[in-house]
Amino acid sequence: MIRRAFLALAAAVLTTVFVGQPSFAEDKFIVVQSTTSTQNSGLFDYLLPIFKEKTGIEVRVVAVGTGQAIKNAANGDGDVLFVHSKPSEEKFVADGLGVSRSDVMYNDFVIVGPADDPAGVAGSEDVVASLKKIAEAKAPFASRGDDSGTHKAERRLWKAAGIDPTEGSGDWYRETGSGMGATLNTGTGMGAYVMTDRATWISFGNKGDYKVAVEGDPILFNQYGVILVNPEVHTHVKADLGQEFIDWVLSKEGQQAIADYKVDGQQLFFPNADKGSS
Amino acid sequence: MDSFWGAFAGAFGLVIALDPDLMEIIGLSMRVTLTAVFLACVIGLPLGAAVGTFNFPGRTLLAVILNALMGLPPVVVGLLVYLVLSASGPLGPLRLLYTPTAMIIAQMVLVTPIVAALTRQVIEDLNREYSEQFASLGVGAFDRLTAMLWDARYSLLTVALAGFGRAVAEVGAVIIVGGNINHVTRVMTTTIALETSKGNLQLALALGVILLMIAFAVNAGVMALRASAARAAYA
Amino acid sequence: MRDAAFDTPGVASTMPHGQVAHNPLLDVRRLGFSAGGEKLLHDVDVAIRRGSRTLIMGPNGAGKSLLLRLMHGLLQPQEGAILWQGGRMDATARRAQAMVFQRPVLLRRSVIANLKFALSVRGLRGNERAEKIRTALETAGLSHLARRPARVLSGGEQQRLSLVRALACEPDLLFLDEPTANLDPASTAAIETLILEANARGVTIVLVTHDAGQAKRLGEDLVFLQDGTVVETGPVEKVLANPRSEPVRAWRDGRLYLGPNTQSLNNYPGRKN
Repeated sequence: MIRRAFLALAAAVLTTVFVGQPSFAEDKFIVVQSTTSTQNSGLFDYLLPIFKEKTGIEVRVVAVGTGQAIKNAANGDGDVLFVHSKPSEEKFVADGLGVSRSDVMYNDFVIVGPADDPAGVAGSEDVVASLKKIAEAKAPFASRGDDSGTHKAERRLWKAAGIDPTEGSGDWYRETGSGMGATLNTGTGMGAYVMTDRATWISFGNKGDYKVAVEGDPILFNQYGVILVNPEVHTHVKADLGQEFIDWVLSKEGQQAIADYKVDGQQLFFPNADKGSS
Repeated sequence: MDSFWGAFAGAFGLVIALDPDLMEIIGLSMRVTLTAVFLACVIGLPLGAAVGTFNFPGRTLLAVILNALMGLPPVVVGLLVYLVLSASGPLGPLRLLYTPTAMIIAQMVLVTPIVAALTRQVIEDLNREYSEQFASLGVGAFDRLTAMLWDARYSLLTVALAGFGRAVAEVGAVIIVGGNINHVTRVMTTTIALETSKGNLQLALALGVILLMIAFAVNAGVMALRASAARAAYA
Repeated sequence: MRDAAFDTPGVASTMPHGQVAHNPLLDVRRLGFSAGGEKLLHDVDVAIRRGSRTLIMGPNGAGKSLLLRLMHGLLQPQEGAILWQGGRMDATARRAQAMVFQRPVLLRRSVIANLKFALSVRGLRGNERAEKIRTALETAGLSHLARRPARVLSGGEQQRLSLVRALACEPDLLFLDEPTANLDPASTAAIETLILEANARGVTIVLVTHDAGQAKRLGEDLVFLQDGTVVETGPVEKVLANPRSEPVRAWRDGRLYLGPNTQSLNNYPGRKN
């Protein structure tokens, strides 16, 4: 009787293991290496079903930091790269790893901070001045610290302010080494200012008493680009399907879909495909 | 605290709603984990039993290595498997990256040392009891292993459970090799990580509660089986 | 004894093949074994006659169990040799032997599965195996418990199972290491009966025991070990009735023998044997 129970358990496991295999025969899919900001904002969840409806192509999004996304794509582990760090993207193409780069859309970065605003930067439109104030006040600032697109943008801003925040590393400047959401969780937990893309911030569910402190500076502009991984380097790249996806997000219809995506009535991404490619 | 208790309410809400997306995620979690644990047992049980039974050069070293590998950080395993399965890696042409198979491989690598090391301990103890009798009966090497694995089956169930616990709770490795792709490689733990990064802490916690309930149910089932076996003095 | 053992095996091993019947079934020559720098056995000579019952006795730590394990091939001799029918102890020789341990080692399975396992190892299948299992169960009086987990049986039942399992393999030589040490008188009697029956069917018996009564009930030849070597051999009754050596005399009288120049520790007034 116990022996029977034992064998039944084994049979149940084997059934789950071998019979439960759904078919992954569907080969009409592409892998897009993208960033956490696009995934966390929910944009892809909105966009991709529309695209699949139209073309039958399934898009599998791997959402990591821009730095890792570019490395994964360089290894050939993806058909399309969809990130937001223009200099790195241009280098990716220049190295021959990508076919060409096109602007897709932009959003902007904001600096969010606690309601009591210890550095007195709330309401400012001048990012450089605000960063200087934060550094002066040694008010806590949580940085991604993960070589992502957002992190790279943040470092450019510190540079513009003439400050090396890593001198305050571990003190007021705190590098989480994690994704945007994790950094926001950490930052709000420790009362630190955080620079984040607006899309992630709007859809972020754990805001606490945090508010946008600094916004509207042109320097906070955040451009997204899309690149087909070079099929001459990685022959398995599904160039046709990947190109179809790129063509669609750059098309009038795709651009409209991006503009249509709203959270809490706010548009998160602004299509600008016509503005040029390189 | 609201979100803490809310998570439990939320968990029950999710379960009662039988949300198809959630069911898909739970189903994939179970399939990946059970397959990985099954394969880890296929390798780890005989391996651990052999190390626990036979004297051969390097046996102690192998036992130490197996014990050390029990503490293998999942992220390291994820990276190793990624590098092997990456298009630029040695097994790149198999196109396994970002598939459930890749997640199964990563979890298997993670769990096999646990199964092998714990099996070694169980079988070593049993072998101490059985070895002279086996030698007297003239039992061959293969029959020894299979006989002890069968006789220790209820203890080894606990070993498999330890592996299951490690695999089902693991996120670091599967998120790297699976990519947390919606409807393809999204499992309980990667969903929890994703919802946490979205700041949806209550939903993340609710998913955690569901994961806990599943682990609890599996453990309770196996323990009940073991307890009834103990009553019959098999264990 | 030592002189005799020196002579006979030397002659025996040079005998042509057809005359092995004159050989002892098992012949232990100048056996030595050490562990942890301590000599546990030295210069042990024992000859086991085919069909005989040999009792190995001696105080704790004399090396009885160790000697049994060496004779059964569970351990390899470090010095000296053990001959099987005048030849080497090989796999075939090992299969002609069986052993019953002081504490029965039973698989975590049913009574019948324990017998099945042992017989399967000997390559028996199907009807032949089933028949042997049936006989063994009947012999041991365990037929009604066949489906029970072996490890819930009483101590006596477990040892009977252990004994018939060994006998089911049809050994020429059966070793028993204090098989009744933990059993009540009735269970002991049952085991002794099974041993004598097996011997009557031609199975050679080598038994380690502490029990002088058991020795007299079962005994033919006695080998007495003290401090890792044989100090006296002979017919059981005769040796126990009239020991020639001081260690055996001390053992029979229930005294600790501490060496030729020492008085017994147990030799105080009022002590009962």
